[in-house]
Amino acid sequence: MNLQLFLLLAAGLFAIGLYGALSQQAIVMIMMGLELMLNGVIVAAAAFWHYAAPAAGAQVIVVVALVAMAVEMAIGFAVATALYRTRNVALTDAAAELRR
Amino acid sequence: MTVLFWVLAPLAAASGFMVFRFNSMARVTISLLVSFLASGALLILLGLGYLGVVVILMMVIEMIIMAVFMVAYMMNPAGLIQMSMYHNKPGSLAVSIGTFALLGAGIFAVPWPRRPGARPASPTFQLGAALMGPQMLTMITLAFVLFATMVGAVVLATRRGRYDRFGDDLTRRPPADPVRGGVGR
Repeated sequence: MNLQLFLLLAAGLFAIGLYGALSQQAIVMIMMGLELMLNGVIVAAAAFWHYAAPAAGAQVIVVVALVAMAVEMAIGFAVATALYRTRNVALTDAAAELRR
Repeated sequence: MTVLFWVLAPLAAASGFMVFRFNSMARVTISLLVSFLASGALLILLGLGYLGVVVILMMVIEMIIMAVFMVAYMMNPAGLIQMSMYHNKPGSLAVSIGTFALLGAGIFAVPWPRRPGARPASPTFQLGAALMGPQMLTMITLAFVLFATMVGAVVLATRRGRYDRFGDDLTRRPPADPVRGGVGR
């Protein structure tokens, strides 16, 4: 077990989340991709704390990532609700077409 | 620790990948939850027990809420109809594979520093002391961000705003409310 393996897992989670965030049309699915990317950040920060730098900074990064997840969920759902209420759409492509 | 890592790490990655493969929204949500539970367990494995439990508890609640929203908003929540909800799939795949390759190359190319000293006896105490001491500004910023999020989410999600009540120029008095109430209304 070493730092590189944990970082490789974190990179994998980040890349999977990036794929979802870029390829999905539904707003809720895009949010899931962003969550997976932040999950990768959390795993990487925890691994840094364990293997490289046991200072409090790495733990604080985990807390910041958790707050970013909560903010992204809350605002994402609120935007999805507002879009659905006003335009009756839940897809990003449809929302972009309505803008023009 | 090694055995647990080789169980949890592939589980976290595979269930994260299956999020974008399943058709049923219930399976999608559970798959993402499994990925987060495995990540939380990895945090506990790394000695961050408090943060690991926070991740697990937060994600269980978050995924329950997400399941409700997905069933409410997705046009094909049960996945019974075969339909594609992607755009630019090859491009997205290329970007994500390229990102993974770049990060992977960096991970194995960089000479990572070795841990300078022993880990603290209580990581939770270390985090609390940092947040209430040198990282107080971070904590205050996070608090304001969360407060602004709560206000913003309510404003965005509410059915009627001030322009509905007071008109486009905000001069209508009394406001047009569906149910009259309050002092003098």
